[in-house]
Amino acid sequence: MVGDELNTHPATPLIRIENLTLGYDRHPAVHHLSGDIAAGALVAVIGPNGAGKSTLLKGLAGELRPIGGRILMPGVHPRALAYLPQRGEIDHGFPVSVFDVVAMGLWREVGAFGGLSRAQRQRVHDALAAVGMAGFEARLIGSLSGGQLQRARFARLILQDAPLILLDEPFAAIDTRTVDDLIALILGWHREGRTVLTVVHDLEQVRRHFPTCLLLSREPVAFGPTAQVLTTELLARARHLSEAFNDDAPECQLEGAPATAPPLPGAAQPQAHPEAHGHAAHRH
Amino acid sequence: MTDFLISPFTDFAFMRRALAGCLALALGATPVGVFLLLRRMSLMGDAMSHAILPGAALGYLTFGLSLGAMTIGGIIAGLFVVLAAGVVTRASVLKEDASLAAFYLLSLAAGVMIVSLRGRNLDLLHVLFGSVLALDDGSLLLITTIASVTLFCLALLFRPLVMECFDPAFLRGVSNWSAAAHYGFLMLVVLNLVSGFHALGTLMAVGIMILPSAAARLWARGLPMLLLLAVLFAFGSGAAGLLLSFHADVPAGPAIVLMCGLVYFISLLAAPGGLLAGRLPVRHHLES
Repeated sequence: MVGDELNTHPATPLIRIENLTLGYDRHPAVHHLSGDIAAGALVAVIGPNGAGKSTLLKGLAGELRPIGGRILMPGVHPRALAYLPQRGEIDHGFPVSVFDVVAMGLWREVGAFGGLSRAQRQRVHDALAAVGMAGFEARLIGSLSGGQLQRARFARLILQDAPLILLDEPFAAIDTRTVDDLIALILGWHREGRTVLTVVHDLEQVRRHFPTCLLLSREPVAFGPTAQVLTTELLARARHLSEAFNDDAPECQLEGAPATAPPLPGAAQPQAHPEAHGHAAHRH
Repeated sequence: MTDFLISPFTDFAFMRRALAGCLALALGATPVGVFLLLRRMSLMGDAMSHAILPGAALGYLTFGLSLGAMTIGGIIAGLFVVLAAGVVTRASVLKEDASLAAFYLLSLAAGVMIVSLRGRNLDLLHVLFGSVLALDDGSLLLITTIASVTLFCLALLFRPLVMECFDPAFLRGVSNWSAAAHYGFLMLVVLNLVSGFHALGTLMAVGIMILPSAAARLWARGLPMLLLLAVLFAFGSGAAGLLLSFHADVPAGPAIVLMCGLVYFISLLAAPGGLLAGRLPVRHHLES
């Protein structure tokens, strides 16, 4: 599958983040983040509310222009990554069937004009079956429950067949059975060698399923193997750092700071960037 | 019955031309109206028709009652407002309604000022109320051409447009079609409003776009059925309006729009999505 070739070069990171600052109205929501994410990594992005998790995913998806630093993804075509926003702009009243919505995932194959071949229609049915929604093809999207809609959005992700998948809180307001099914799908993508970044709030899920963790609290707090990130000390630090925007914040003096945490040669795992800027006082 | 329904069209050429105009409007303007409705931009059509008026009036002032000048003036004014509002919507924090309201009001004010500068007592009734019963060859050709172009463009844009309406963020993520769908659609709105003002006038061109679409939305669940029903409703209302105008000797434009309104009110009462559906006795539920 997709990841097999990628995995032959484990040393090359799929994503390199260099001194990245993302934010709104000059206020940083993600502040001086650096690090490499290896191809095939399964990363849980965690942190308190307002920690910049969604902002980071938006930046990676290309929906938000960095206000400092940069993101390098030479191996990923910007249209080839799959991004599931937390609250999509989906119009639930639109008269469109579940089948049509899931088939949108085939856009990169059929484009604006191509018809669906018999094989592609079968893949749409298979994707729906894979998320436990077989038989829902003809239902209108507005008649689905929240969990069913999330399953349908995952079916669309399956068809997008992307090497890099960004999921923003995919388990918000979803029952445990659906969550279990969706996690099984994510683990399947991981086994296929795809790179997956997921915003998760349930630390128990993170411990059980996600090998790598990025703990954000506007400042990057820790990034590395889950067992080393999910410590009481680091989690407490993340809570401590999380605070409101200050309208009169002075300009951040770290503007020209060099990218930190150079990748170790031959490292297969994402590079930890544990010693983030501990000075919460300065702002952009 | 035949005398009442058929002979007006067989006996009088101007009725046949008017009927052809209505068919073209139903095929072109109404599908555009369906998408306006689905994008919750129904009132935007109304605003746009005001934006077009100054351009058409300016053409009328400069070249007299010239079809070409009024059409081109209307299209230019409409496209300017649509593009300016579109740029503001996509690049600033203002939403579509706010940016459009700003530009159409400015366009309208500029138009009124231009008209008053000339200080002539203008017969703009033709522009305001249209003349479906007096369509000359040029007008009819214009309306049918715009209908053909609209159908072709809608077929071309259909998938991106549906996705732009349903899940714009997803379309932006996977392709570059978002802007093309957005602006292409708005241009179709302008073209069809201009086409509509020849028949129904700027004030009522929106009627044949939105009313049949709203009525069809009450009946249809899927998009293809919605489009088909809306076109049928529009053409039916057009024919009925012409007959009403012929027999009762009333202006045709308002008669057509009122017939669209009649279809709308009947649908409100009878359709599964209408007012009464929620008050009928509950039918026994299904097993699953």
